[in-house]
Amino acid sequence: MSFNNLETLYRQVIMDHYKNPRNRGELEGDALTVDMNNPTCGDRIQLQLQVEDGVVKDAKFQGEGCSISMSSASMMTQAIKGKPVSDALQMSKIFSEMMLGEEVDSELELGDAEALSGVSQFPARIKCATLAWKAMEKGVNEK
Amino acid sequence: MDVKAIRQMFPILDQEVNGHPLVYLDSSATSQKPISVIEAVENYYRFDNANVHRGVHTLGSRATDQYEGAREKVRRFINAKSTQEIIFNRGTTTAINSVAMSYARANLKPGDEILITPMEHHSNIIPWQQAAKATGATLNYVPLQADGTVSLDDYRQLVTENTKIVAIAHVSNVLGTINPVKEIATIAHSKGAILVVDGAQGVPHMKVDVQDLDCDFYAFSGHKMLAPTGIGVLYGKRELLENMEPVEFGGEMIDFVSLQDSTWKELPWKFEGGTPIIGGAIGLAAAIDFLEEVGMDNILDHEQKLADYVMDRLRTVEGIKVYGPEHRAALVTFNLGDVHPHDVATALDSYGIAVRAGHHCAQPLMKWLNVTATARASFYLYNTEDDVEKLVDGLLKTKEFFGHVF
Repeated sequence: MSFNNLETLYRQVIMDHYKNPRNRGELEGDALTVDMNNPTCGDRIQLQLQVEDGVVKDAKFQGEGCSISMSSASMMTQAIKGKPVSDALQMSKIFSEMMLGEEVDSELELGDAEALSGVSQFPARIKCATLAWKAMEKGVNEK
Repeated sequence: MDVKAIRQMFPILDQEVNGHPLVYLDSSATSQKPISVIEAVENYYRFDNANVHRGVHTLGSRATDQYEGAREKVRRFINAKSTQEIIFNRGTTTAINSVAMSYARANLKPGDEILITPMEHHSNIIPWQQAAKATGATLNYVPLQADGTVSLDDYRQLVTENTKIVAIAHVSNVLGTINPVKEIATIAHSKGAILVVDGAQGVPHMKVDVQDLDCDFYAFSGHKMLAPTGIGVLYGKRELLENMEPVEFGGEMIDFVSLQDSTWKELPWKFEGGTPIIGGAIGLAAAIDFLEEVGMDNILDHEQKLADYVMDRLRTVEGIKVYGPEHRAALVTFNLGDVHPHDVATALDSYGIAVRAGHHCAQPLMKWLNVTATARASFYLYNTEDDVEKLVDGLLKTKEFFGHVF
């Protein structure tokens, strides 16, 4: 029996974020709040962002979903914290390109989120991985 | 019933997915199509394609004969009294919406009640929500028993003189519950209500006799019973259909059109505005031929054995939770420990096994089950005990995989 195919998707670091999510919870004080769900499968996320002077000071999320959507939310919040909003949006673009299996050439590092590159081989799961990033884009664009 | 021979009629089943032989366990979403259906549709487009009911030319007559022949075939298949009671449309969703748009809006007023259940597919909930909002009627729910069945005693209590419409699935697409629609029809009629049956998961799997059930409307989809997508049927009792206004207006459905007013064709055509789904209806007729050749009783018998078998075998998988009653149609909805159903479905797919994961268009039922999502394996005439074994094996491997990374 070989898990090779599955291991492309479910890397150790992804499972670690799923089991021990970073930045899970609620922000205190003024925060941008975005609710987003994936109506076809029922995954949902509430993302909160604290943006000051064009920089993402803090980010937290709550929600329910599969290992891919929840680990991606954890990784996304980790990646954008402390970054200028413009960088966060650029990173989201890079992430989407990575989901399409495109070669990504950028100075911006996605950190642990790069472990999700294997999702590009599982087209049905791309929406799980991009949910948190889409929520972040919606939040900062609405501000 | 020779399942091996049947499987050979479904070329799609003979392929590898992710390096494993395909095990297709998603027929409740859509069934696969036998060669005879594919060829019937192909031959229609290759040799006979024309618009119906208007051509004086030969192809027009051939197309009309085949389209109306399909209607007669459907009539016989569900034992309706007349072809006037068989309306072709896009599928179950369109069929239920037609009743909710036309019959419900014309007949409901504030104080009236519509009675449905929490196990319904969204397509048998939202049309009634909208009809209730539009008319001031109230939408009520019959509670579910702990095992996911309904109680006739509840119906006897909850159907009152105010109840005008009772609607229920013949078979639940999530729980596999086979509902006692004949008995519910009797209760509904005793108080002057009508019964609308969502037959999407019923007609494909068992002999349905609409006169015996005595339901007022019965809706189903071709694509879940070996036919192409895009064709479905609304059966309605003639006296009800006669008094209903069409939902779509335009070509094909009119009798006489003047500048300010128009009259409608007779049944069933007044409900079939626009060029109908001719190729789909011809495919549906071929699907019915296929099902009848195998025999609906044989199909039900085969699926009941599979349902019992899969329930027995899943019991051996530690940590699995199966939802719904013990006696059921051939589908199982489940969760595997804490592994999210999407992850289960992806893992099974990596072993070539196709199952559905998500809320199955039944969010109120998910809430009742207190889950956000589930996985579902559903079976049809071409599935075997070997498919069940592969599912069980796939689930054990999935558990091992996630057990080991979690």
